[in-house]
Order: sequence, then C-alpha cells, then structure tokens
Amino acid sequence: MSSDGPISAAADPSGAGKAQVSLPTLIAVFAKIGLMSFGGALSGWMYREIVQRRHWLAEDEFLSGLALGQIMPGANVANLSLFIGQRLRGGSGAIAALGGMLLPPMVLVVVLAALYLRLGDVVWLHRLVGGVAASAIGLTAMVGIRATRRVERRRAPLAVLLVIFIAVGVLRWPMVPVVLCLTPVSLAFAYLALKQRHA
Amino acid sequence: MRDSLLSLILVFVPLSLLSVGGGPSILAGIDHAVSARGWMSQRDFIDLFAIARAAPGPGVLLATLVGWKVAGIPGAAVASLALFLPSSLLYYAVARHWSAHRGKLWHSALERGLAPIAAALILAGSLVILRASGTDYTLWAIAAASTAILLWRPKLNPLWVLAAGGIAAMLTGG
Repeated sequence: MSSDGPISAAADPSGAGKAQVSLPTLIAVFAKIGLMSFGGALSGWMYREIVQRRHWLAEDEFLSGLALGQIMPGANVANLSLFIGQRLRGGSGAIAALGGMLLPPMVLVVVLAALYLRLGDVVWLHRLVGGVAASAIGLTAMVGIRATRRVERRRAPLAVLLVIFIAVGVLRWPMVPVVLCLTPVSLAFAYLALKQRHA
Repeated sequence: MRDSLLSLILVFVPLSLLSVGGGPSILAGIDHAVSARGWMSQRDFIDLFAIARAAPGPGVLLATLVGWKVAGIPGAAVASLALFLPSSLLYYAVARHWSAHRGKLWHSALERGLAPIAAALILAGSLVILRASGTDYTLWAIAAASTAILLWRPKLNPLWVLAAGGIAAMLTGG
C-alpha cells in the first residue's frame, strides 16, 4: 500500500485496496474491455474502466498515452493498452494488457468468420452482412472526416492530404511507397512552419 | 503454406509500421495487397471487413481474418503478429521516454506532419472499400446515411448504426 506507485490505494472506492495491480487482474480487465467493446469505441471503454472506475491512472496521464498512441503507427487501442500495461506493471504488464485485449476477440472473430462462410449461401444473411459492411464504411468515413477537421488549414498539409487521397484512394496506388515518399515531406513542412513561428 | 505465411509477413509488417492514424488508415493497403496477390474475391474481402467491424475488438482484426482466409489458423496467428508486433515494439520504445519530451518542437512537428497523412489514408480506405463493395446503390446510400448519423451524433454507439445498416439492407434487398 505504498503511495509512491502510480496507483493510490485511497483512490480505489471498491475498498480492495491494492496498490499493485496483479498480472492476472490486468489480463482479466483488458479481456473484458476487448470483448465488451462492440462497435470499435475501445478507447472510451478503457477510459471508463481504467480511469473512472478503477482509478489505475490519472486522467492526464491516460490522455497523454492516448495522444501518443494516435500519432504513432499501430492500432490506437493496441498502443493505449501497451501504455497502460507499461505504466502499471512494466514490460510484462504491457504484454498482459495487449494480449488480454486482443486474444479473446481474435479467437471470437475467427469463429464468427468460419460460421459465416459455412452459412454463406443464405441470401438474407448475406444481405445483412453487406449492410453491416456499408455502415462500417460510413463509420470509417466519419473517422476520416473528423481526422480531416484536425488538419491545419494551410497549403502544405492540405496538399499532402489531397495527394495521398488521390493516389491511394482514387488511383489505387500501393499505399506503402506513397506514404514512404510523402511522410518526410509532410514532416519537413510541419517542422519548418513551426520553426518559423517560433523564430 | 510457407510461401503464403511469408507473403502475409511481407504485406503486414510494412503496413504495421505505416499505420499512422491507427487501424483504418491501412484499409486501402490491405485491400490492395488482397487483390494484387489474388488472396480472395472482393466479395469475400468485404464480408470479412463487415465481420471484423461488427465483432468486438479493434477493427484491424480484419488482418487476422485475412491471414485466416489465406492460410488457416497459422495464417491468422502470423498475420496478427506481423501487424501488431512491429508497431507495438516501436510504440513501447517511444512511450517510455514520451513524457520527458512533452512540448518539444519536433514533438508537435510530428503530430502536425502526420495528421494529414492519417486523415488522407482513412478517407482513401473508406473510398476503396466502398468501390470494392460493388455498385449496389442501396449499400452506397446506407454508407452515406451512416456517415451522416455518426457525424451528427458522435457519442452514439456505432454498433447500433451497424445493426441498422444490416437490417436496412436485408429489408431492401432483392
């Protein structure tokens, strides 16, 4: 029950009073988050479970981990799980959180896909899945539109956005070389613009 | 079998390291690899995309499903590792030093420089998948309506929208 760790026992209203989160607990909590998070809003679930319910991390620490996870490559929620696990239990905590969050849904999704392919000839089921896919495209588009709103209204970033969208989305060029070419350009423009402002 | 596992690694490791903006940003990349390598029909790919989105867990479990379709359970394991391991190692290495560098110039440069790339890739991904889903305009209308509803009500659980889309397609389908 030391108060020097990231978790303070007093902050735990359940009275369990554990200053250290055990690895099995970490796995169980992240497995629950992974399995409960239908519809993909996992970071919201994590916030509720880790910050609001269990008080394992302070809000600003959680948000800084979330921000880093959004900048860095990798699924945002995978990165966020690594961050929380690392803060609570170091390297093994990071593995426990990521594994707990990913493995149960992974098994489930493969079972579902196998079932679906076995029933693939049922017409109404195919229509249903087609409609879900269409809505999921809408979900992706919404995320893209919200991401676009956060892009600075200046010529260079907007040009980068347009070029990549046309190359990868419209012309269907392979993504990897396009991104490899334009990332340094975009970073250089951003750095120079910031430097100019600070000078 | 070994060849297909190897090609899963060759596809997903670079995508892992370039998935700025998270899972949705590599949709176009996955779709491109799937059709370039002839792994499955576009129709099967769209089905897997729908299942990955409707099931619990992150949407990038699409990679697990692509691996599974290509090479069974070993394929699912290999594709998942190839997608999650490289970005996770990179993130882990950076996260440990992150807080110490808060507010530095290169830090905001990284944030601002990557933002348009992530946005463009996610938009491109939705366009590519939409085109791959065929020319049934009922489905296009469902996609457009879902986008509008989710923009209008950002706190709505997307699962309701997915369910409504599925039901709408079922009722209007011929």
